[in-house]
Amino acid sequence: MGMTIGEKIIARAAGVSEVKAGDIHTVTLDRLMSNDGTTHLTIDMYNNQLKNPKIADKDKIVFIMDHNVPAENPKTAQAHKKMRDFAKENDIVLYEGKGVCHQIMVEDFVCPGELIFGADSHTCTYGALGAFGTGVGCTDLLYAMVTGNSWVLVPETIRFNLTGKLPEGVYPRDLILTIIGDIGANGANYKIMEFAGEGAHNLSINDRLVLCNLAVEAGAKTGIVEPDEKVVEYVEAHGRKAENLFVSDEDAVFEKVYNYDLSQIKPVVARPDFVDDVIPLEELEPVKIDQAFLGSCNNGRIDELRIAAKLLKGKKVCEDVRFIVAPASNAVYLQALEEGIIDILMEAGAMVMNANCSVCWGSCQGVIGENEVLISTGTRNFKGRAGHPSSKVYLGSAETVTRAAITGYIQA
Amino acid sequence: MSKSRVWKFHNDVDTDQIIASQYLLLPNIDEMKGYTFESLDPDFAKKAQAGDVIVAGENFGCGSSREQAPSVLKALGIKAVVAKSFARIFYRNAINVGLPVIICKDLYDDVNELDEVELDLLAGSIAFGEKEYTCTKLPELMQTILNTGGLINYLNNGEV
Repeated sequence: MGMTIGEKIIARAAGVSEVKAGDIHTVTLDRLMSNDGTTHLTIDMYNNQLKNPKIADKDKIVFIMDHNVPAENPKTAQAHKKMRDFAKENDIVLYEGKGVCHQIMVEDFVCPGELIFGADSHTCTYGALGAFGTGVGCTDLLYAMVTGNSWVLVPETIRFNLTGKLPEGVYPRDLILTIIGDIGANGANYKIMEFAGEGAHNLSINDRLVLCNLAVEAGAKTGIVEPDEKVVEYVEAHGRKAENLFVSDEDAVFEKVYNYDLSQIKPVVARPDFVDDVIPLEELEPVKIDQAFLGSCNNGRIDELRIAAKLLKGKKVCEDVRFIVAPASNAVYLQALEEGIIDILMEAGAMVMNANCSVCWGSCQGVIGENEVLISTGTRNFKGRAGHPSSKVYLGSAETVTRAAITGYIQA
Repeated sequence: MSKSRVWKFHNDVDTDQIIASQYLLLPNIDEMKGYTFESLDPDFAKKAQAGDVIVAGENFGCGSSREQAPSVLKALGIKAVVAKSFARIFYRNAINVGLPVIICKDLYDDVNELDEVELDLLAGSIAFGEKEYTCTKLPELMQTILNTGGLINYLNNGEV
């Protein structure tokens, strides 16, 4: 029987020739990522609860500080110190203040065909490079650190056949929010979202990262775009080899198949407090905002910063609005500096932060107050996600966010 | 079999609501647990008693992979979460920290907050009033991890 991309990756990691949805397999992980959201707890468990603490393969582990960076209070500083000390003692690579974990993983580590556990739900981003990344908790991460292995239940795969191209002013973020709105916040629970077809191959790596990153907001275990020569180019340009480019067999079994014509996608926003409460921007009554945010592992890359700069050139951010921009990594930041993007944003009145999770994380930078309204390119709009429980978060594309920053309203 | 009080929650309760981001970097779970469900009910942690159960709708625990979410529930003494469905990362995390998670489609619509139910975790059944509810069984591996008290015990017992 044929296999899907995800099944092939799991089969490789399990060292077997065939797997099928519903099977449970022991797998060897290719890579493990842990960030400052939970690593201090992982380290405590490692030090205090394990009978035989040891690390199976330190070279597979990456620690990244990105959630509360730089530390905003002494307790966070202590958690960071714990992470720094443990990394040093165990010779584990540590990134601090260099960007959002998933962007760093994509720039420096992820290879097609790999099975990667990350202690962060948006680990599903790595499917843009044809890898299987999935979010786990810190105990699963610890188990994998110690044994090198874990177990997986092979998920069913939902196939999204994409055709055509997105119209001008419509972005992959509009596409993935549209899909989540259609299938719901648990529409792909425990499934793989596989994106294929010429519409998928038309998308750049930047665009594919946007698509895969939000798969978890439909409940998916991962999102994967069928890898092609663009993946090979990206991976080789970043100094790595691109082997194991898996595509689904013709007789692979899909749980469901959806067809999306990209030319029909419109700008959309997700309304508070649910990512699947999606409405076409043109149907939304204008919403007055207090803050706009451009950044995150979903939408803080060079393409999105370019969109903002193009719209903001020669204009000013609305005086009632704080516009906060956080590039997804230092590599993105430096490129934006080189292209003059940062000058344009700052001259317009935007606050440009260090590369980190920033407003999307809702606990470090740009937290919003009682009843305030935020339009964001972040990953989530849950109740209280960006600050006070009464505050509201809308999600939209970089263009929708930047336009709102200029006019003070979310509107078509 | 002792009775458990019910705390009822809606569909799509996300992990930010269970424990908000701003508390996740506190040193340990004991310091975090007082903030459980803060945005939905600031007094929840004070009201919850050991042995209580949470009964929820669809997609409980959606959102982030923060294991602090099942951990604070367990630290408050919550005996189990019974939901129509769970988000996958929460489900797996709960088993890993030794918090029973039970999929039951019918109980939610029948119970009210503070009703009392009887949970038989071994048999995988719930009794409420005259009615008996059977629940979806865990895969064998997950049941073993749960029976061992969580993934760390499983690892320490050398089950690998």
